[in-house]
Amino acid sequence: MLSKLIPMRETILGAAILLLLALVATRFAGFIAPANLANVLNDTAPLIILALGQMVVILTRCIDLSVAANLALTGMAMAMLNVAMPDLPIALIIALSILIGAAMGAINGLLVWKLEIPPIVVTLGTMTIFRGIIFLISEGKWVNSHEMSAAFTGFPRDVMLGLPMLSWVAILITILFGIMMSRSSFGRSIFAVGGNPHAAVYTGINVGKTQFFAFVLSGALAGLTGYLWVARYAVAYVDIAGGFELEVVAACVIGGISIAGGIGSVGGAVLGALFLGVVKNALPVVNISPFWQLAISGSAILIAVAFNAQSGKAKGRIILKTSKDAT
Amino acid sequence: MTQTNINTRHIPDRLHSRSYRALRSWETLLLTVAIVVFVINSFASPYFLNAWSLSDATFNFTEKAMIAFAMALLIIAGEIDLSVASIIALASTAMGFAVQHGAGTPELIMIGLTVGLLCGAFNAVFVTILGLPSIVVTIGSMSLFRGISFIILGDGAFRGYPADFAWFGQGYIYWVFTVEIAIFALIAVIYFVLLHKTNFGRAVYAIGNNPTGALFSGIRVQRVKFILFLLTGLMSGVAAICLTSRLGSTRPSIALGMELEVVTMVVLGGVNILGGSGSIHGVVIAAFVMGLVTFGLGLLNVPGIVMSIFIGLLLIGVIALPRVWAMFVAKRNTP
Amino acid sequence: MSVQETPIVSMDAITKKFPGVKALDEVNLDLYAGQVTALVGENGAGKSTTVKILTGIYQPDGGTIRIDGDPISFANANAAASAGITAIHQETVLFDELSVAENIYIGHAPKTPFGLIDKTEMVKSATKLLNSIGAQFDPRTRLRELGIANKHLVAIARALSVDARVVIMDEPTAALSHKEILELYELVETLKQQGKAILFISHKFDEIFRIADRYTVFRDGTFVADGKIADIDENSLVKLMVGRTVDHIFPERSTITSEEILQVVGYSHPTEFADIGFKLKRGEILGFYGLVGAGRSEFMQSLFGITKPSKGICKIEGRICAIRSPAQAIENGIVYVPEDRGKQGAIIGLPIFQNVTLPSLGQTSKSGFLKLAEEFKLAREYTQRLDLRAASLDQDVGNLSGGNQQKVVIAKWLATQPKVIILDEPTKGIDIGSKAAVHEFMVELADQGLSVIMVSSEIPEVIGMSDRVIVMRDGRIEAEVEGEDLRPEVLVRHAAGIGIRSQMEEV
Repeated sequence: MLSKLIPMRETILGAAILLLLALVATRFAGFIAPANLANVLNDTAPLIILALGQMVVILTRCIDLSVAANLALTGMAMAMLNVAMPDLPIALIIALSILIGAAMGAINGLLVWKLEIPPIVVTLGTMTIFRGIIFLISEGKWVNSHEMSAAFTGFPRDVMLGLPMLSWVAILITILFGIMMSRSSFGRSIFAVGGNPHAAVYTGINVGKTQFFAFVLSGALAGLTGYLWVARYAVAYVDIAGGFELEVVAACVIGGISIAGGIGSVGGAVLGALFLGVVKNALPVVNISPFWQLAISGSAILIAVAFNAQSGKAKGRIILKTSKDAT
Repeated sequence: MTQTNINTRHIPDRLHSRSYRALRSWETLLLTVAIVVFVINSFASPYFLNAWSLSDATFNFTEKAMIAFAMALLIIAGEIDLSVASIIALASTAMGFAVQHGAGTPELIMIGLTVGLLCGAFNAVFVTILGLPSIVVTIGSMSLFRGISFIILGDGAFRGYPADFAWFGQGYIYWVFTVEIAIFALIAVIYFVLLHKTNFGRAVYAIGNNPTGALFSGIRVQRVKFILFLLTGLMSGVAAICLTSRLGSTRPSIALGMELEVVTMVVLGGVNILGGSGSIHGVVIAAFVMGLVTFGLGLLNVPGIVMSIFIGLLLIGVIALPRVWAMFVAKRNTP
Repeated sequence: MSVQETPIVSMDAITKKFPGVKALDEVNLDLYAGQVTALVGENGAGKSTTVKILTGIYQPDGGTIRIDGDPISFANANAAASAGITAIHQETVLFDELSVAENIYIGHAPKTPFGLIDKTEMVKSATKLLNSIGAQFDPRTRLRELGIANKHLVAIARALSVDARVVIMDEPTAALSHKEILELYELVETLKQQGKAILFISHKFDEIFRIADRYTVFRDGTFVADGKIADIDENSLVKLMVGRTVDHIFPERSTITSEEILQVVGYSHPTEFADIGFKLKRGEILGFYGLVGAGRSEFMQSLFGITKPSKGICKIEGRICAIRSPAQAIENGIVYVPEDRGKQGAIIGLPIFQNVTLPSLGQTSKSGFLKLAEEFKLAREYTQRLDLRAASLDQDVGNLSGGNQQKVVIAKWLATQPKVIILDEPTKGIDIGSKAAVHEFMVELADQGLSVIMVSSEIPEVIGMSDRVIVMRDGRIEAEVEGEDLRPEVLVRHAAGIGIRSQMEEV
């Protein structure tokens, strides 16, 4: 009974990350020093946040390819706002970035919900549109660190209890999502919609509406990450986080979230992101060219999806066995 | 005994004539869009209606369209391949590598096509034999294939392709007609026949509409899908040859993001992203529409990234507008 | 007429239309407190639509629903639940990835003061509920770990978790074993005593006469009759249901030859069936009877090459054939008309003629290239033989009614000129007119020398059509019945595993 309560996938993935850390430590012990691990976590924080948003979307049988473009657009908008009005309080900037991101997510969600356009088409389209809009509003120019206010760039780097705010934001969102997914009606209905949309209707759950909110959530997190990203790297330009949407999807897939919907967990998404983060940070340490990173994450996706498909394979009807039970 | 049904009723072959159906098709709508874009462009810029500049404009879509034909079949069958641009990168890298070791043009062609086929086979094994979802598999192989290019090339580049190799991407067959447009046309015809005129094409449609039903009708579903992935890989190899020849160099970032443009072209061409319907002539027209829009905006000095807004709007708009219209009509009919 | 009590729920002249069909046409249905009302009707009579309207999944196009005499309408499933109507649906509408407790309480879980789901409370009430219906598993188990019968208990618990006054049971015993069925009857009795109104939908007449107090009969989406069970007998109820006497439904059979066409020896599968063996003669109709989940379809699909048997031999006209794929089965002359028409049979989205010619493209094409004229010719030949009703041959098969879709599927297989045709529940969910047509056609095919294997769960059909019947239970052949023994009670006993001895005692 107890073995059923321990999530298998997360345990194996967690073990894989620990093994990876141990391997790296044999070559360079400093890698697993707390300060460096905190650094890895901070580096992975944007990926963790976006992977959580993407997880919700994938759980409802959709996909959001526009997250990186959303991030870049919100980030650029916030940077330009900061240049225009340097005195705006950071709390307002954060609220605005969440709002703008959520609005873009709502566009995706509405197209999926009301017009029933396949999510991959919708977000493929909005991805290119959002990128284009960045160019329109910035006229292709960069916003550099000297143009931004100290408070603007300072927030994600402010250290509290030994960790930068960026990490704290990721931790806070992870906790919130943990509660939301396991203890709120919305969280459970997300699993229901993805697991069996037909049955969800029978329990009074509106499938399209749930998908809409999933996109809004994913968009809001992308917007928030947009500000954090631009402030942390203290630069904004059209191409920031280019192709990052695929890394986000990769984190989810590695974390065991089924692309067919309904199966996945907050822990899985976070571990999937951390796995990619550890690989990325470990490569230079063990003297492997960073150019290996792409191939490694590609292989990790293929291995993860093959592994998850094997473990999650639906059991066929066991007609013969029931005959033994019955008699 | 057979004649139990005495007055069997006659069922006509077709309810509407073929021309009636053609008139109401997606392809006709798209062709209208193409003509409108063409007319607007020719008014907007005096340089547009020039044979040579139009010929140049075709480079905007020929390589993508070559892959788009194979991708159309794959999407109609209910699968997708997001690794095509990465296959180009890997095939191009392999060709560049061979050039460094003294390979000539015939060897390069062989290498480009073989790498394409092998990459297609790689995807096919994961999807058809292991039974994994193609979207995830090809997101993975997309990183893997391009990743290998990065491992080999780092931030360097391969150059020094033989002079006669340039013919594929830079040569002309006759007057303004480039080698690429000829290859494009040839592939379009082959795929048109394959999808619309053969048993294989029928199987593709059947699988896309109902894979279980197709299996129960005796179609070898996995075999057909395997071939489709091979074809998509092969076409990526052909595109790699053309693109490498045209650019004259290989960087690992070659054709970055092209997979999304290819999918956009296919969907714009009226292929249902969920599988089951679509046509090759639709994709041909979509290729021209995308090429004309890009070229026209380019003449107006609109930067490339802004053009992508138009492409994105076009992609969503052409799917959304008919649905909005249908909803509007439905609402008006039932007050 | 005695003084009428007010029904808890009444449907008054309810109409529901779908594109092309009127599923319900001004039907009436009354449910009374503390009484079981059986809703009787053939497949396609509108029973499931009625359930969906009462539970708020469909909205009616006309008529009124009344609760305690007051008109009410349900916008969605939650509205019906809060009005006190709950249902055990025919299809399992549950979620594999959620726990048992969550499946029971999704949509109305107990909440903590902060608005979060109160898991402790939820598990506690779920345990209580499960115990009350005799389920012996932990509510924290994931649903996917449970078997079909236990899932059904979860569905029942879910229905009871709502404080309901009306409980709808849509074929609740279809997936249950004999013992579980008896437990369900007890549960129904308890609910009755609690004063709940119960709508009981079942195809099993013994069941209806055992537990129901009232009946309502629908036929082809219209209301036919209602009344008290005490005032009617089985024959009259059947007559109301089908609209004619049952004796004349099935066509006459002529004698069969002794030429053996198919022999199956020792077909086995690791989990689904074991040691299946039988012989089939030319022109014979062989029935396969058993309860749902007895492994009949699983075996047939294996014979058709969908799943591979772990061992076993299949001989066709004395030749041993290895069938590893449907394509090979078709080459060897075995074809299969599946039960799940929408998913496995018709290819919705393709036109009628392309559906018909799909397995025969080899005949209608030339070296791999299509020849449309040949296709239309072949499709016309077979669809007209089956008297298909369609506007044109290039119409999407999805626009046809269930019965006509079935005709397209059968035409598709006849066009391959098979030796053996396997029909899996051939008349399930099609209207009574098409049903008779399919039956007549089966006999006609057999008379022409085609051998027919028919899987059916409808006893009258099995007995009326088959020359010989094999009864399967739990993945094995339980009995082979022919001639005088071909009686309903014999089939039912074999299927339930009660055996002949207890029958003797009773007789």
